[in-house]
Amino acid sequence: MWKALQEQGVKHSFGLTGGSVIPLFDEYFKDNCGIRHIPVRHEQGAAHAADGYARASGKPGVCIATSGPGATNLVTGIMTAFMDSSPIVALGGQVPTSLIGNDAFQESDMIGITFPITKHNYQVRSPNRVRAIVQKAFNLASSGRPGPVYIDLPKDALAGKVEKEESLESMNGKKNQTAGFEELKKAAELLLNAERPVLLIGGGVILANASKEAEELALKYNIPVTTTLMGKSAFPETHPLSLGMLGMHGRKAANYAMVNSDVVFAVGCRFNDRITGKLQTFLQNATLIHTDVDAAEINKNVKSQLSLRGDAKQVLKEVLKIAEKITARKSNEWSEKMKKLAKECECNINLSSNPIDPRKVIFEINKAIKEEDIVTTGVGQHQMFAAHFLKRTKPRTFISSGGAGTMGFGFPAAIGAKLAKPESEVLNIDGDGSFGMVVQELGTCKAESIKVTPVIFNNSYLGMVRQWIELFYEKRYSAVCLGASPDFAKLAEAYCVKGITVERHSEIQPALQQALKNDETTVLNVLIAQESNIVPMFAAGTSINEMFGDCVPKGYFNGD
Amino acid sequence: MKCLETACLKDISTAIRMSEEKRKHIVGMLVKDEPGVLAKISGLFTRRGFNIDTIVVGKTNLKGISHIVISLQGDERTIEQLDKQVAKLEDVVKLADFKEEESIVREHCLLKINSAESIQKLEKACKKHNASILHTNHKFAIVELVEEPEKIDAFVQEMAAFGIKELSRSGINALKKE
Repeated sequence: MWKALQEQGVKHSFGLTGGSVIPLFDEYFKDNCGIRHIPVRHEQGAAHAADGYARASGKPGVCIATSGPGATNLVTGIMTAFMDSSPIVALGGQVPTSLIGNDAFQESDMIGITFPITKHNYQVRSPNRVRAIVQKAFNLASSGRPGPVYIDLPKDALAGKVEKEESLESMNGKKNQTAGFEELKKAAELLLNAERPVLLIGGGVILANASKEAEELALKYNIPVTTTLMGKSAFPETHPLSLGMLGMHGRKAANYAMVNSDVVFAVGCRFNDRITGKLQTFLQNATLIHTDVDAAEINKNVKSQLSLRGDAKQVLKEVLKIAEKITARKSNEWSEKMKKLAKECECNINLSSNPIDPRKVIFEINKAIKEEDIVTTGVGQHQMFAAHFLKRTKPRTFISSGGAGTMGFGFPAAIGAKLAKPESEVLNIDGDGSFGMVVQELGTCKAESIKVTPVIFNNSYLGMVRQWIELFYEKRYSAVCLGASPDFAKLAEAYCVKGITVERHSEIQPALQQALKNDETTVLNVLIAQESNIVPMFAAGTSINEMFGDCVPKGYFNGD
Repeated sequence: MKCLETACLKDISTAIRMSEEKRKHIVGMLVKDEPGVLAKISGLFTRRGFNIDTIVVGKTNLKGISHIVISLQGDERTIEQLDKQVAKLEDVVKLADFKEEESIVREHCLLKINSAESIQKLEKACKKHNASILHTNHKFAIVELVEEPEKIDAFVQEMAAFGIKELSRSGINALKKE
C-alpha cells in the first residue's frame, strides 16, 4: 500500500490507527517508503488536514482511518472536500471480507455512506488490486473537477500477500471536453465589446492553476474582477481592478457590478445561493458566459447565454489568444467607475477601540503576514471578516470551507497546509466555536513539531448565528451563547504549546509578531467585542444589491 | 453564426428557457457491472430529487457491462441536470437519451386474470392485443403482453373488466433504432 502511495507522489498522510488498519501501519513500521504519516487526535482532523494539504499544494491529500467509527469520523471532512472540489484520497479500514455484512465489530458500510460525498469509491477485495485501485483513485481525485475518492480496505486485503497483481489500467477516464472555436470566439467578442464587463472568478480558477491567465485577461482588457469565497486569492486583491468578494458578505462594488454589468464572464464557479441572492434580480442586465469543467454546473443554478465547457486554464488561454485578433471597446468609463466604487468600499478598519473590533484584528493580520503566507479559516463571522477585509494576492493562500461551511475546518487544514508549504507561515483565523471543535489537534502540533498560528476571534458566542438571531429573530438568543469559553491560552499551555491572550487593540500586533517569531504553535486568544456584526450583508432571499451596514457607499447607481 | 448581440443571445436562451412542463424521459446507460452500482445510480436519483417511474437492469453482450433503462417524468431543467449528474458517475460508461421517435420502447407485462366467467371472451380480447395466454386453470389465466407502455395501459384497462387478481410490469426497456 505505502509503495502504491509513494508511486503517486505521496509525501504525507494524516490519520489515526485502529484494529482494522494495524496491518497497514505494521507495513509502515517496516518500510514507510519515504512517506511521513502524521498521527492526529481525531479522524475529522485527518480529513481536513488532507484537504488543507491539497488546497495549499494542488496535489491530492491523503487521510487514513480505521473501520467503523474511525471511518465515519472522516465523513464530515470528505463532505467538506467534496463541496469545495478538493482532491483527497481517503483510506478507511474495513473488517475482513469474510465478516462484511455480519454487523461485525467496528463494521460500517462506508461504500454506502461515502457514495454521495465522493467522486467515486472502491472496496479493495484482494491484495492483488491494491496498486491498481490506488492509481485509479489518485487519477480520479485530481482530474477533471477534482474531489475526494474513498478506498475501503478490508483487513485481509491489507494483510494478504500479493500473488498476481492486477494490471494497471490505462486511464480511459472521461475526457474533459473543451469548448469549440466558435464558442470561444463568441465569448471573446462578447467580452471585449461589452460596455460593462465583469470577470467572476470561482474556485475553479485556483484548482486549474489559471490565476495567471485570469489576471492577464483582466489587466489587458481593463475588466473589473470579483471572486467568490473559493476564488479568493486567485486575483490580487490589492489591484485597483479588484472588486473583492461578492455575495452575502461581499463588497457592494462586486454585487452592484453583477447587477449592472452587461456581460459577466464567470469562470469556475457554481452560483451558490450565498452569491446569487434572489435569482430573479441576479445578473438581470447581463449576458452570462459561464465556463466550468463540470458540465452539470452549467445551467444548474443560473442559466447562461453562452457556456464554455472546459478546464479554466485552457479556456482562458484560448480566449486570450482569440482576443488578440479582436478590436476591443475603447471606453474606460465603466472600469473607472468600478475602480472608484471599489476604493470607496475600503472603509477604515484600523479601529482603536476596546473591546477589540474584529476588523481591527484583520487590519493587523494584513500588516503582519507576507504575500506567500497562508491563511485558513473556520466557519462563521471570523471567516467572513477575513473573506471581506483580508487582502490576499497569491493563489492558494486563502483556504476556507465554502460550500459545506464546516466549523472546525480551519485548524486541521492549517496543519495540512503547513506540511504542504513548510516555508510559509500558516495562520488559522478561527472562532471560539470552530476552534473548540478541533482543539485536540494542538496535541498533534506538539507531538509532530508542526508550527501554525491559530488566531481565535473569541466572543463566547456562535457569532454568525447570534447575528442572524439579532437581525431576523428579534434577539431571541436561543442556544447560541457558549457561556464560559475555556481560556484558550491556558489550554494551549496544557498541550505544551504556547498561548497568548489579547484583550486590548494595542496588543494585537505585538502578539502576532511574537507568535510568528516563535518556532512552535502559538494560540492567540483574542477577546473581541461580543456582539459585533459582520456587515455589509444582504439578507437571505433578497437581491444582492440590497446591502446594508457599513462600507456601502451610495450614489453610484439609480435608486441607491 | 452572426448572432453576437446580447439581445439575440438572450432570445435564444428564452426560447430554450426551460418550460416547467413535465414530460416523459427515458434514459439508458451502459454501466460497469460492479457491486453496488444500481444502489449508486438509484441513490443519485433520490438525492437529487428525481422520481424514477421504472427501472430495468440486465446483462449485455459486453463483458462486465450492464444496461440500465430508467424512465421518469420531469421538466427540462430536471432532465438536463439528471443526464449531466448521471454522466459524472465513474461506473457509467455511456449514456443514451431514448427519444420516442428514435427508439424502440417496450415493456413486458404479466397479468393474472379471473377467467371463471368466459375463457372464450378472454381469448378474444387477448388476440386483439396480441397478448398470449401462458397458463390457465379453472379459476384464472396468466396472460403476457410485450408492447409499448401505452398499449399495455390500454390492455390492462380492458382486462380490468374480467377482474385482475395480480399484475406485474417489467418497466420500460429500450434500444435505439440507428
